Amino acid sequence: MSAVTDSPAIELEDLRIDRGGHTVLDTISLSIPAGIITGLLGPSGCGKTTLMRTLVGAQKITAGSATVFGEPAGARSLRRRIGYVTQSPSIYPDLTTIENVGYFARLYGVSKDRVREVVDAVGLAKKQTELAGNLSGGQKGRVSLACALVCDPDLLILDEPTVGLDPVLRVELWEQFAALAARGKTLVISSHAMDEARNCAELILMREGAILAHAAPADIMRQTDCLDLESAFLQLIRREGADLIPEPMP
Amino acid sequence: MNPNIVFATTTRILTQLRRDRRTVHMILVVPALLTVLFYFTLSLQAVGPDGRTPFDHLGILQLGVLPCAVMFPITAITMRRERSSGTLDRLFATPMTKLELLAGYGGAFSLAAVVQAVIVTLVAYHVTDLQTSGSALLVALVCVLNAILGVSLGLFFSAFAQTEFQAVQFAPIVLVPQLFMAGVFTPREDMPGWLQSVSDVLPLTYSVEALKQISTHAEATPRMWRDMAIIAAFIIAALLGGAATLRRRTP
Repeated sequence: MSAVTDSPAIELEDLRIDRGGHTVLDTISLSIPAGIITGLLGPSGCGKTTLMRTLVGAQKITAGSATVFGEPAGARSLRRRIGYVTQSPSIYPDLTTIENVGYFARLYGVSKDRVREVVDAVGLAKKQTELAGNLSGGQKGRVSLACALVCDPDLLILDEPTVGLDPVLRVELWEQFAALAARGKTLVISSHAMDEARNCAELILMREGAILAHAAPADIMRQTDCLDLESAFLQLIRREGADLIPEPMP
Repeated sequence: MNPNIVFATTTRILTQLRRDRRTVHMILVVPALLTVLFYFTLSLQAVGPDGRTPFDHLGILQLGVLPCAVMFPITAITMRRERSSGTLDRLFATPMTKLELLAGYGGAFSLAAVVQAVIVTLVAYHVTDLQTSGSALLVALVCVLNAILGVSLGLFFSAFAQTEFQAVQFAPIVLVPQLFMAGVFTPREDMPGWLQSVSDVLPLTYSVEALKQISTHAEATPRMWRDMAIIAAFIIAALLGGAATLRRRTP
């Protein structure tokens, strides 16, 4: 997959974020192209969520800058263009599926037809009138996703969207993400499941607030002489400096 | 301010409220039941030389206190839930502004407050036979204002609670001292000067004073209108304070 030649969707310049007295993101710079899926990989606590919060404008920036579609992250004009799905589903448990999605649709001024469309798209047509609180964990996550999709965002930021989903549904969701990218949408998807990484055009490997690599999955494996991403990731950590790893892993 | 966003939010919160039967009862039935209970606690007391029962003097005052006391924790908890469930972050990623969010909240709970005030006033006059010199409509108006005061204080104080549990704990801290100093149990003139000064800056003082005015004057007095204006000012101040504590960007 080739990178899109247009100007990048996201640009970070020397971005540093301190939270509660320690540095969560340590002076990172990167550029994420528009129109592709970029995977954000790394162990929990490596700064993925903080990075995503920065992109939607919910996170205070300590130093450096974050730009989305040429504007500072969080700018008013960006709010109609970004869909954000948090890790734990941020929905109203005492509203039904359709009421949840319908509420966000009204905030964006989107039609009712669109609500049905996205509820169908996330496979919840049969659960429309069920209270979100009574749905399974995976279904709640999909309601949350539908709330973000309803405004047809140009940039979709998804924090671990496939955790706890059954394999069939996972594949279906990834197909939808690919279809969105094919329509020119930009997706940033975090995951700690390495097997999902091959669905991404580019990968950003993170560890302890720093970026270890940012390249296409195939390139990362070639650079590290590894056949799978899991071991490529380990290789990269080892190269960073042996002092980072307490014990050699099996 | 986008009226569609405010209206969508008001409808959303009312739908959530409606689903929670117990909270509906808390708002609509409990103040009326407490009024009846209070009436019975005073029913054996002698009628005063002015022909007024003790309930006529005291019952009207609790009408000012109850709506505020009921709405405060309900609003504080609902707002706290919005903040901690991640939905607030999410709302702020949409075109919604802080003021639209607060207006949506204020709208929903104020609507509930109006229904509450009508019910409790009807019960006070028709079930417990409350006698006042002034009109029942004015009493209902003060009730509504007090309920909205409870709403705005709840929205404001929710910012200082980390959890819903802490939000409830604000109820006794915020409400009970106001109740003691407002002149319900002791006339304010009989309190030490420093306490009077403290009660001068507490909103419930003006609710109680306005109700005393309605209780004893056939016509609406300028003092009553002034008291109501002061309550309204407290409401606006608390809402603005609430808006200031809402953060789009958090550290």
